[in-house]
Amino acid sequence: MTQLYTALFTILIGIGAAVVYFGGSNWLLDRAFPVRGPGGRVAGDRVAGDRVARNIRLAGLIRPWLFLGPAILALGIYLVWPVAASVWLGFRSRDGSAFVGLENYRWLVTDPVFRESMLNNFLWLLVVPAAATFLGLVAAALTDRISWGNLAKSLIFMPMAISFVGAAVIWKFVYDYRGEGEQIGLLNAIVVALGGSPQAWIALPFWNNFFLMAILVWIQTGFAMVILSAALRGIPEETVEAAVIDGANPLQIFFRIMVPQIWGTIAVVWTTITITVLKVFDIVLAMTNGQWQSQVLANLMFDWMFRGGGDQGRGAVIAIVIMVLVIPIMVWNIRGARAEGGGP
Amino acid sequence: MSGGMAGRAEGRVGRRAGLTWAVHLSVLLLVVLWTLPTAGLFVTSLRDRDQIAVSGWWTALATSTQSLVFRAPAGEGEVEEAGRFVLRGTVLDGGAGRVTAFGTSSRAPAAFGPGETADLGDGVRLTVAADGGYELSGPQSFKAGRGQRIFHTAEVPPRFTLANYAGVLGAAGLGRSFLNSMTVAVPATVIPILVAAFAAYALAWMRFAGRGLLIAAVVGLLVVPLQMALIPLLSLYNGLGQAFGFDPKTYIGIWLAHTGFGLPLAIYLLRNYMAGLPREIIESARVDGANDFEIFTRIVLPLSFPALASFAIFQFLWTWNDLLVALVFLGAGDDRLVLTGRLVNLLGSRGGDWEILAASAFVSIAVPILVFFALQKYLVRGLLAGSVK
Repeated sequence: MTQLYTALFTILIGIGAAVVYFGGSNWLLDRAFPVRGPGGRVAGDRVAGDRVARNIRLAGLIRPWLFLGPAILALGIYLVWPVAASVWLGFRSRDGSAFVGLENYRWLVTDPVFRESMLNNFLWLLVVPAAATFLGLVAAALTDRISWGNLAKSLIFMPMAISFVGAAVIWKFVYDYRGEGEQIGLLNAIVVALGGSPQAWIALPFWNNFFLMAILVWIQTGFAMVILSAALRGIPEETVEAAVIDGANPLQIFFRIMVPQIWGTIAVVWTTITITVLKVFDIVLAMTNGQWQSQVLANLMFDWMFRGGGDQGRGAVIAIVIMVLVIPIMVWNIRGARAEGGGP
Repeated sequence: MSGGMAGRAEGRVGRRAGLTWAVHLSVLLLVVLWTLPTAGLFVTSLRDRDQIAVSGWWTALATSTQSLVFRAPAGEGEVEEAGRFVLRGTVLDGGAGRVTAFGTSSRAPAAFGPGETADLGDGVRLTVAADGGYELSGPQSFKAGRGQRIFHTAEVPPRFTLANYAGVLGAAGLGRSFLNSMTVAVPATVIPILVAAFAAYALAWMRFAGRGLLIAAVVGLLVVPLQMALIPLLSLYNGLGQAFGFDPKTYIGIWLAHTGFGLPLAIYLLRNYMAGLPREIIESARVDGANDFEIFTRIVLPLSFPALASFAIFQFLWTWNDLLVALVFLGAGDDRLVLTGRLVNLLGSRGGDWEILAASAFVSIAVPILVFFALQKYLVRGLLAGSVK
C-alpha cells in the first residue's frame, strides 16, 4: 500500500510543480514586461504607450516557449535524443565502448534469425493491416444498418481494451493442444468434431505466424470499424441517392460509390495498423518467444537487448531497421498534416 | 457477409427480408467470433480445476461425464464392525454428482456398476453407490496400505467457483502486481496531461516562429517506434544510477518514460481539438485584455475537457496494458512485476495450469474492460480526433 500512497503523493507533487512552473513563469513574465498600469488601466501617455507596445511584443515572443518548454524538454530527452543515440550506438560494440564501423550491420545481413524475422514481419505487414481493415469495413457497413448495431460495435471493439499479453493468454487457450484425452482448446475441439486430427498450432513452423496474426487482427478490427464507420456516415447523402436512382444494387453502391469516397480514411487506418504491426512484441513474446520460426523484429531486438547482459550495438541496429520501415509512413503523415494547414 | 451493405440506400431500394436476415446473421457471426475467445477464458476462470483439465469450457454449463480417480484414506477414520475393518466416505469431491461405474484398477476403471460389490482379494470388498458413497471392508486394518484407489465414472454437474481467483490473488503474487500496475498507470496518465495541454494551446492559438515545424515534429514523433528509444534511455538511467548511487529501476523513471512516450499523441489530440474551438471566443477575450495564460486557464482548458478525457483513457489503457516499457524500466524482479509481466511469467512457468492463467488474465483484463465500457464514448471520440484527417 505504501507505494500507492507514494504514487498519489507523486501525482500531487507533479501537478503542484506544473502549476508552480506555468503559473510562476507567467507571473514573472507579467512582472518583467508589464502591459497594464496601476489599477489595471492601460497607461495613457505616449512614452508609456510605446513601452506597453514593446512589452506586449516581447511577452508575446517569450510566452509560447514558456508554454512549450516542458513538452519540448520531455520529447527531446525521451524521443529525439534516443533516436540519434541509437543510430550512434549502431556503430559501436556490444557495450558501446568502441567504434566498430559497419560490423553490426554486417552481422545483421548474415544472421539467419534476422532474415527469418524480416520474412515474418513482411508476412505480418501483408496480412494484418489488410485483414483488420477489411473486416473493420465490413463490420462498420453491416452494424450501421441494424437496430442492435451499437451493441455489436461495442463487443467487436472490446478487444482493443485488452492488453496484448491478455489477448495472448485468451488465444493460447483457443489454440490449446492435448496429446491425449479430450481437447480443451476450442480450435482443436472443432477440428476433432469435424473429423480432423488435433495440432499444436503455435508450434507449426510458418503456419504458426498466421495463428499469431489472428490475435492482432482480432484486436485491431474494432479500431478500424470505429473509424471507418464514422467515415461512412460522413458520406454525402446525394451521392448514394443518385446511385439508387440509377438502379445500382447495394453491393455496387457500397464498393463503387461509398468505398471510393473514404479511401483517405482507409489509408489512415491501414497505415496506423501497419505501425502497430511493426512494433508487435508482446504477442510473440507471450505465445512462442520466437520459437518454431515465429520470430519478429521487435522481439528479436528485445532479445538482443538483454541476452547475455545485452548487446547494445546489435539491439540498436535492429531498432534502426524498424525505424527505417516506419519512415515512409512518417513522411506521408507529416505531408498530410502540412497540407491540411498548420493551424486555424 | 455479402449481403447488401449500402447503408441508408436499402430503405429506398425496398426492404428485402432475406437481405436483412443476411445482415443480422453476418453481424451475429462477427460478434460471436469476437467474443467467444474471451468468454471461453472467462468461463474457464470460474470452473473447478479438475474439470478444466478434462473437458472443454463449452461443456461447463451441462452435466459432464468424467473418469476420475479417488484415493481412499489409509485407514484414517476406519471402524471395526463384526470383526472387519470398514471405511466409509464419498468418492465425489464436493458431493454432487452421480457415479455410473467404478473399478479398482486403471486397466478396468468401469468394471462394476453402482451398488455392485467388487472383490479385491484377501477378503477385501468394495461397494460404490450411485450417490458416490463407498464402503471398503476387509479383515485387516487399512492403516498398513497406501490407501485404495477407486476409479470411477461420474456424471458431474457444472460447478462454478471463485477459488481460482482467491488462489491467484494470494499465492501467484498477482495482488502485488495489481498494485504495481496501478502505481505505474495512474501517475503516468496524470503527469503528461498538463504539460501537453499547455503545449497544445501554444501550437493551436499562439503565433510564433517555428510553429509549423514543431507541429510537423509532433506528427513525426507520433510514429517513432519505442524500440528506438529503449537502449539509449536504459543506459542513460543506468549511468545516472551509477553516478548518483541509486537503483536505476524506479517508479519515477517509468512515469517519466511513459510521459515522454505519450506526449506526441497527447499534444496532437489536444491541439486538434483546441484548434477547432470557435475563434470568436478567444478573440473577444483578447480584446478584453486577457493574455494567453488567462485565456488558456479560464476558457480553453475547461472547454477541452472531452479531449482531455479521451487522452486520459488512451494513456491509461496503454500504460496499464504495456509490457515492454515496464520490463525495460522497471525490470523483471518479482516485487516490481506489473500484471502483464506476471502473466508472461506464468505462461512460461505454469503453461498448462489454465485455472491459474485464466484467473490471472482476468484480473489484469478487468480494469481496462471496466474503463472501456464506462468511458467508451470518450475513447471513440479520441480515436476519431486522432485518426481521421
